[in-house]
Amino acid sequence: MSSSNRITKPHEIVERALELSTADGCVVIADEGSSANLRWAGNALTTNGVTRGRTLTVIATVDGKEGTASGVVSRSAVTADDLEPLVRAAEAAARGAGPAEDAQELISGTPASPDFTDAPAETSSAVFADFAPALGEAFARAREGGRELYGFAHHELVSTYVGTSTGLRLRHDQPNGTLELNAKSPDRQRSAWAGRSTRDFKDVDPTVLDAELAVRLGWAERKIDLPAGRYETLLPPTAVADLLIYQMWSAAARDAVEGRTVFSKPGGGTRLGEKLSGLPLSLRSDPNAPGLESAPFVIAHSSGDDASVFDNGLPVPATEWIADGHLNRLSTTRHSAGLTGMQLSPGFGNLILDAGGEKSLEEMVASTERGLLLTCLWYIREVDPATLLLTGLTRDGVYLVENGQVVGEVNNFRFNESPVDLLSRASEAGRTEKTLPREWSDWFTRAAMPALRIPDFNMSSVSKGV
Amino acid sequence: MIGATGPDHGRTSVPHSIDAAFTALPLRALADAALARARALGAEHADFRLERIRSASWRLRDAKPSGGSDTTDLGYAVRVVHGGSWGFASGVDLTMDAAAKVASQAVAMAKLSAQVIKAAGSDERVELADEPVHADRTWISAYDVNPFEVPDAEKAALLADWSARLLAADGVAHVDASLLAVHENKFYADTAGTSTTQQRVRIHPQLTAVAVNGATGEFDSMRTIAPPAGRGWEYLTGTGWDWDSELEQIPGLLAEKMRAPSVEAGRYDLVVDPSNLWLTIHESIGHATELDRALGYEAAYAGTSFATFDQLNKLRYGSPIMNVTGDRTAEHGLATVGFDDEGVEAQSWDLVKDGTLVGYQLDRRIAKLTGLGRSNGCAFADSPGHVPVQRMANVSLQPDPGGLSTEDLIGGVERGIYVVGDRSWSIDMQRYNFQFTGQRFFRIENGKLAGQLRDVAYQATTTDFWGSMEKVGGPQTYVLGGAFNCGKAQPGQVAAVSHGCPSALFRDVNILNTTQEAGR
Repeated sequence: MSSSNRITKPHEIVERALELSTADGCVVIADEGSSANLRWAGNALTTNGVTRGRTLTVIATVDGKEGTASGVVSRSAVTADDLEPLVRAAEAAARGAGPAEDAQELISGTPASPDFTDAPAETSSAVFADFAPALGEAFARAREGGRELYGFAHHELVSTYVGTSTGLRLRHDQPNGTLELNAKSPDRQRSAWAGRSTRDFKDVDPTVLDAELAVRLGWAERKIDLPAGRYETLLPPTAVADLLIYQMWSAAARDAVEGRTVFSKPGGGTRLGEKLSGLPLSLRSDPNAPGLESAPFVIAHSSGDDASVFDNGLPVPATEWIADGHLNRLSTTRHSAGLTGMQLSPGFGNLILDAGGEKSLEEMVASTERGLLLTCLWYIREVDPATLLLTGLTRDGVYLVENGQVVGEVNNFRFNESPVDLLSRASEAGRTEKTLPREWSDWFTRAAMPALRIPDFNMSSVSKGV
Repeated sequence: MIGATGPDHGRTSVPHSIDAAFTALPLRALADAALARARALGAEHADFRLERIRSASWRLRDAKPSGGSDTTDLGYAVRVVHGGSWGFASGVDLTMDAAAKVASQAVAMAKLSAQVIKAAGSDERVELADEPVHADRTWISAYDVNPFEVPDAEKAALLADWSARLLAADGVAHVDASLLAVHENKFYADTAGTSTTQQRVRIHPQLTAVAVNGATGEFDSMRTIAPPAGRGWEYLTGTGWDWDSELEQIPGLLAEKMRAPSVEAGRYDLVVDPSNLWLTIHESIGHATELDRALGYEAAYAGTSFATFDQLNKLRYGSPIMNVTGDRTAEHGLATVGFDDEGVEAQSWDLVKDGTLVGYQLDRRIAKLTGLGRSNGCAFADSPGHVPVQRMANVSLQPDPGGLSTEDLIGGVERGIYVVGDRSWSIDMQRYNFQFTGQRFFRIENGKLAGQLRDVAYQATTTDFWGSMEKVGGPQTYVLGGAFNCGKAQPGQVAAVSHGCPSALFRDVNILNTTQEAGR
């Protein structure tokens, strides 16, 4: 095997794979990815890395008497020699699969991306050129200030090329960066966290985050034990994002029509149109949202409840899932839209909640007589799909607010709550701001949320974890 | 179904060879190019890992194909210790020049680390525990039929048949079926002279039946409790699990669950079936005894552990009948290997002995750092693009050699609940507070099962829960459960891991009513 066998340009790989196809239809997705990361613990780097890779996905469709079948095969490190076996494997998979329930005509008619033949975008350790020295400075400051810093900085760039036998030639470049910083006291009895999402690491400064965390560790010097119970609680934007992302995962139209989600209506049908919140909430996704840009067309490497490989290349419009507090849309593929009679609403690449609030979280604290201020949520899991009851824990700082001031740190709690119920009980929403969802930051980083005030958040039990 | 593992028919696994398409790759040449470059650039240690991982899924919704994928990840990684710092890089170009370049990148990353460490005023240096050299060793997991050698049509037909059986039953409105399979090849070589070539196969079939009451809007589901296994296609055709028996029982169990009363919250004695207890072990023992966590290396993400290093040989983890092992050698275990991703040979050891914490899971760096001697082989990377991190061995609760059957454990309970199958799980970042649900909850009255309950979750603190374990069942109740998708580390990695356990009896555990928790 030699490098001469390797076709290096992704658009050429897509074209060649389409040429090789003998199936009735073919979709080829080339993902060119690069990443760089730094990880640290106890004021010292622990691991780091750079990666570079390519994955080629071939989706073959084969028409038959009983319908159209699909076969999906992906391989990394594809060379010219690998292309034909890969295409044939996808075709064989389609023939062995039987008719696909979600079969549709492949998308056509979308103008080609002007940069389709350009080289892929790429990141490297150079993205940390300014950040890494600043991180070293943050370590030194933390050491002097009696703090231990733990965390992770990650940047990736994925260029996705989609070509179809119906003529689509689309490309999307997705940068994605996250910074998570956790500060602990040396005895590990106090802990604080901050996270940011970024497209290029030019807008994040670890020394600024360290300074924020130093203030929070100061708040934690006074410990206050509180029992389980229902408390007025300020959910910060990161926590709101984590809960609403889960809610969106449970918003597939077909499941709702079949009567098996929180959005199913007793007696049949769905809760579309129902008022979910007394606040004028708008929950939307928009591929063109500034700073949160995501793919403007469907990229589906496999079919599932809320995605279909037949929809590859389908334009993704801005969608308002909740409008003025009312459930406005459930997610559909073309197949499930046809099945349910609902409007076509392909999935989301970012999530924005807005209720018109203008207060910062600090201003909401200032107007709190007595309540809890959370930092973030952790280990969120579904307990009951009927109510979308989720459980999880508070983490890295629960603070007691009295008369508009943080007066100390409270023990952590396990919560049992449904995001749908929380929206109905929220009494105030703050200013919408870009945030990093902590629990799901491995998977989903593009969110803008307000803080929410919940009058009676269910803290089910006390957690001794710090 | 009570504690049955299904028939094994006395079969032994068929011997295999390492896939010739994998060994035909220029494994040794690429390793030599990378390791030579790392040595030339002054690395104190370097290792090279080339992997090919094929993962596939097949999904059916109401017996019709609804999605699937077949993904092969092929690439390699170079990790170095240079100047006392780690450096890591990975690549996909299978040429000597490219492998050497990746080694150079790894050294460059180590130098970057050293700069940051120096700027922070730290003098920490990476050192590795000694390990004997294992030259030119091969290892293959125990399976009969590679699932990738079975035609896709045969897989789809079997899943469709199983789905149809469930759909034909009264009260079953929908059936979701899925099958996951993985075939993993890994070549490892390091500058000490170790080189290993391995092959593993694992499989996870799963079916879920859903019932919907159209009038009330109530719905619920019942999932198979067959665990994923380090086996091949034979797992679906009668070896290791009795599918016919389980599929036959599900519609009746689901119908009973739909009619079942909601549990009264309070404290109950629990008999926990292995199909549920494996996950409690995973979360409250498996992760808690990872020494990198206990030392803080996962602090910002997965968390730390209440089982801190100063508690070794002191911490009362549970009742005196609690014995837990870490095991990389269990046949059909999902975390079973011949050698880990640092060239350490697989081992078995004690984690909890007679209720006391006596061991941890280690990699070479952590073993050296803590003076614990040799690593017990818990380094693992889930792909060629990821750095090895300390990952869980098969962590298992040992049965009582003369222990009771599950029926006899139930017979010793006056008022309690028998918990079967896993569903929801969550635990805090130091592994104290957990909450679990399940697939099936049976009321126990005066030593007998008295129908199912709904809306049940159990919530406890780890040491309280294991301290309340009054009896562990005998070997006849032992089942090797597990999961494909244990998450850890940043960048995030997933690992497959098994947990064996018998049925066990716990006294006076807090039970929540999840409907009440939802404020209904």
